[in-house]
Amino acid sequence: MQPNQSNSQLTSILALAPPIDQIGILERIAKIQSRSLKGAAKMQGLRMALSMIDLTTLEGKDTPAKVRQLCYKAQHLHDLSPDLPTVAAVCVYPTMVGVAKAALKNSSIKVASVSTAFPSGQAPFEVKKMDTQFALDNGADEIDMVISRGKFLSGEYAFVFDEIAAIKELCGAARLKVIFETGELDSLDQVRRISDIAIGAGADFIKTSTGKIQPAATFPVVLTMLGAIKDHFDQTGKMVGMKPAGGISTTKVALQHLLLVKEVLGEAWLSNEWYRFGASSLANDLLMQYQKQLTGKYQSANYFSID
Amino acid sequence: MSASNWNFEPSLEATSVVKLKDKYDLFINGKWQAPQSKQYFASINPANEEELAQIAWANSADIDLAVQAARTAYQNVWSKLSGAERGRYLFRIARIMQEKAKELAVLETLDGGKPIKESRDIDIPLACNHFFYYAGWADKLTEAFPGKKASALGVAGQITPWNFPLLMLAWKVAPALACGNTVVLKPAETTSLTALKFAEICQEAGLPAGVVNIVTGYGDTGAALVAHPDVDKIAFTGSTAVGKQIQKAAIGTRKKLTLELGGKSANIILEDAPIDQAVEGVINAIFFNQGHVCCAGSRLFVQESIAERVLEKLKFRLQSIFVGNPLDKNTDIGAINSKKQLETINNYIAVGLQEGAELYQPTCVLPEKGYYVKPTLFTEVAQSSRIVQEEIFGPVLTIQTFRTLDEVIQKANNTPYGLAAGIWTDKGSRIFGLSKEINAGVVWANTYNKFDPASPFGGYKESGYGREGGIHGLSAYLQFND
Repeated sequence: MQPNQSNSQLTSILALAPPIDQIGILERIAKIQSRSLKGAAKMQGLRMALSMIDLTTLEGKDTPAKVRQLCYKAQHLHDLSPDLPTVAAVCVYPTMVGVAKAALKNSSIKVASVSTAFPSGQAPFEVKKMDTQFALDNGADEIDMVISRGKFLSGEYAFVFDEIAAIKELCGAARLKVIFETGELDSLDQVRRISDIAIGAGADFIKTSTGKIQPAATFPVVLTMLGAIKDHFDQTGKMVGMKPAGGISTTKVALQHLLLVKEVLGEAWLSNEWYRFGASSLANDLLMQYQKQLTGKYQSANYFSID
Repeated sequence: MSASNWNFEPSLEATSVVKLKDKYDLFINGKWQAPQSKQYFASINPANEEELAQIAWANSADIDLAVQAARTAYQNVWSKLSGAERGRYLFRIARIMQEKAKELAVLETLDGGKPIKESRDIDIPLACNHFFYYAGWADKLTEAFPGKKASALGVAGQITPWNFPLLMLAWKVAPALACGNTVVLKPAETTSLTALKFAEICQEAGLPAGVVNIVTGYGDTGAALVAHPDVDKIAFTGSTAVGKQIQKAAIGTRKKLTLELGGKSANIILEDAPIDQAVEGVINAIFFNQGHVCCAGSRLFVQESIAERVLEKLKFRLQSIFVGNPLDKNTDIGAINSKKQLETINNYIAVGLQEGAELYQPTCVLPEKGYYVKPTLFTEVAQSSRIVQEEIFGPVLTIQTFRTLDEVIQKANNTPYGLAAGIWTDKGSRIFGLSKEINAGVVWANTYNKFDPASPFGGYKESGYGREGGIHGLSAYLQFND
């Protein structure tokens, strides 16, 4: 890719971005949060949320055995409950991709790998490419890359754009999720700006956070990113997926996120092809609520396997 | 797994919290009194056209009794209390209202048709806050007007509209009592029930008899109150047409007058605005309370370069608005307040179509029973269209575009009204520049329909005069002897 090419594309992307008004964002969210979900609609929401989870383990101390357990859970969320979907994907470090791939070989569950020196992104570009290539070679279906926040914050937008575009090229058929780590960005205007850059550079999904930094997937950040996805769709007819990650651990919050998607983007996005939750503990809370809806009783957390 | 058609199930607020009598008399001199007129009328739930209660229809003899009671209470009791003592009653009323907030919210929704989430989150909390706020002023009138000697006017006759029944009562009763006046209040005929509930609250608070009197009825009842010679002050919120009649009736009398009348407020989006938030602001400006808002942003002006995007976004947003049973917690637009108002709105929609305007309505399905109308956008309108000039008082928005600021200033001001305006831009300098040029009592920047007891409200031109709310709202109920 020629640097000048991306620069002129970038100029038009950045010129179109509208300013974001934080007060207005908060008011919109408050309206969504006052919605009331009951009965069958709630059950449908719970199943949908479960099917959208990227079940995640991203620890330095991860072992092949833990990843295999997670993969089993991904396929068998709670065998005592009827009509449950599986999660969408399992999300691991590149070194665990092979293990996950083998464990999930008989299922349609995807293997997602974080890459580009996750979580900090502080590595030379060549290393980031190798990191990604390694995950792809081991069979990763999806790549969750991090952006170079330092470059972005210092205004080197072309660098960030080119980096995303290069990783996207490397990905081939694998879908690319671009992680912004919004907890390190300064304002909603910045969140909108990086959303437009990432979408312009070819991101299949945009993702809020690594889960390693707080705050992570806050409602204002998510709504701002959804706005960028909607504008891109209105202008080009092309859908981009959304993945809030980090800090979404309760059913209530997850369902509110889905309502936000429904009203801001429309029902076309309400599938795990276009929407994911990056979460580890959310699944069990959804399962507990699901059981509660079925039986009218809350069960102890001890009845739900941790991974 | 895909989930198209993820639709809400009904989520209805329970009505069992509301305790209603079958029949309501007049609240005069601290007691419920059968009307001299011997007449009653029905209060209808506009969401299902069912009768809620029978309500007394006061005539001039009833008004005379109420004004006498208010005068006696003023002379013998209320004017003799210190500000701190008056404040104590107001605080007590505010606290009881808070305790009964749920009942008041459900009743307001039943009687008026507004969505429960609005009566629960806006009307009732704000009404309580007005009492708390003016309770605080009751013993600080000297400090509020330094160097002047402020005293009460006497008996205030107050007439409230049907769009925010309890809130408008609070806007009027709280400052009147805080300043030391007594009150005869006539609520709108379609929405008297929360005012009658308020009478019960006054009893519970131990407010001295005659300080607050509630007389229900139609326009003739209000006219009798305006015409009564022993009323010192008339405060009216309602239509400009009725406001003009009241003004005529008050000419040549000692009555002090404040009028809060209609509007056709401009909501202006500049090209550098935060577009998604501006679109949401437009929704809030015109569809809040079914558009039954005197300061509703009913004329939208969008700068040409972003007009297409804004319109596209507005249409998309309308699809996710819920119109239906006001008691459903998910309802965004409830029932039109009365059959008469529904006819008015439908008539204006027909006029818009006759004038050649282009109509857009979402595909939502309206309930079969009750008074409902779909949220409506009109494009291809002219400044001279009737739907652009006249107040519709419903969920109907006209959309015009503009190129230059001069043009939009001229168009925004080209109306007999001057109540409110909205400006959407990222630039502070433009906010200050434009708000100086627009003739409106309230100008909101990057928001709309925000109310606070500490903030004055009122209009220019045919939108009325006098201010309610804030320190300004006190002077409407005081006279000054230097």
